Amino acid sequence: MKKSANTLKLQFDSLSQNESLARSLAAAFVMQLNPTVAELADIKCAVSEAVTNCTVHAYRDAVGPVYMAMHAYENRKIKIEIRDAGCGIPDVETAMQPLYTTDAENERSGMGFTVMDSFMDGLTVRSRPGKGTKVTMIKKLSALPR
Amino acid sequence: MDTKNAAVKLESVNNMLRAAITGEIDHHCAKNIRQEIDAALLSASPDKLIIDMSDVTFMDSSGLGLILGRYTKAEEVGTAFAVQGAHGRVRQMFDMAGLDRIITFEGDVKK
Ligand SMILES: Nc1ncnc2c1ncn2[C@@H]1O[C@H](COP(=O)(O)OP(=O)(O)O)[C@@H](O)[C@H]1O
Ligand SMILES: [Mg+2]
Repeated sequence: MKKSANTLKLQFDSLSQNESLARSLAAAFVMQLNPTVAELADIKCAVSEAVTNCTVHAYRDAVGPVYMAMHAYENRKIKIEIRDAGCGIPDVETAMQPLYTTDAENERSGMGFTVMDSFMDGLTVRSRPGKGTKVTMIKKLSALPR
Repeated sequence: MDTKNAAVKLESVNNMLRAAITGEIDHHCAKNIRQEIDAALLSASPDKLIIDMSDVTFMDSSGLGLILGRYTKAEEVGTAFAVQGAHGRVRQMFDMAGLDRIITFEGDVKK
């Protein structure tokens, strides 16, 4: 892929209070490109889902690092990667089904991946059991009004 | 930064428990809200539980679990249940999960 026009990389602990921090930082990064209110809301929600999964599933009761990289490209495309070194997902295809959750007792809805998929223009999930998970999301911002 | 953790205001009128949630609902704050609503539900055993979402400024799928969970709790104790004021994106999320077929949504509350 073409070199990004701007990049921001972060590492933070998988603590639940960092969920709002992560989506606010994503919003702040994307603000430079003058997104619409709806585009900004889409990105915030998708980031919140991916980061929450690191907190809730990847490290369970432990705390580990979450790596977030955001790239903005000249053509108003945004790429956001959220990665953990947690337990991994044995069957990604099943995990991505709507309403599928391994944590129903804590009132998870199983809609996280569905939300990421619906609100973003691209979603790829790569995972290795015991190694970790990487979620890559693409958002194509609409052209600025002239 | 412009984030505001969700909070809940509980009010009991005429055997109706109203839980007004404000701010941003995510996994971090869903648990406290769950505990506060459930405690009020169990102590008041109202005829109806209304969740007012008019002032929810952000919600991810943790909010779906929170609302579905309260619906289930209310069913268990024989309390009627409705969500009010679920606007725009919040409502869109419920529809995405098919909860519009399970939960009663009432219109916007007058403010
Ligand atoms: N980062 C992750 N590490 C390990 N497992 C994950 C991760 N993200 C998702 N999963 C698995 O995929 C399932 C579905 O995720 P999701 O759609 O977000 O629903 P929910 O978080 O409500 O369970 C989770 O229940 C979990 O088993
Ligand atoms: Mg999730």
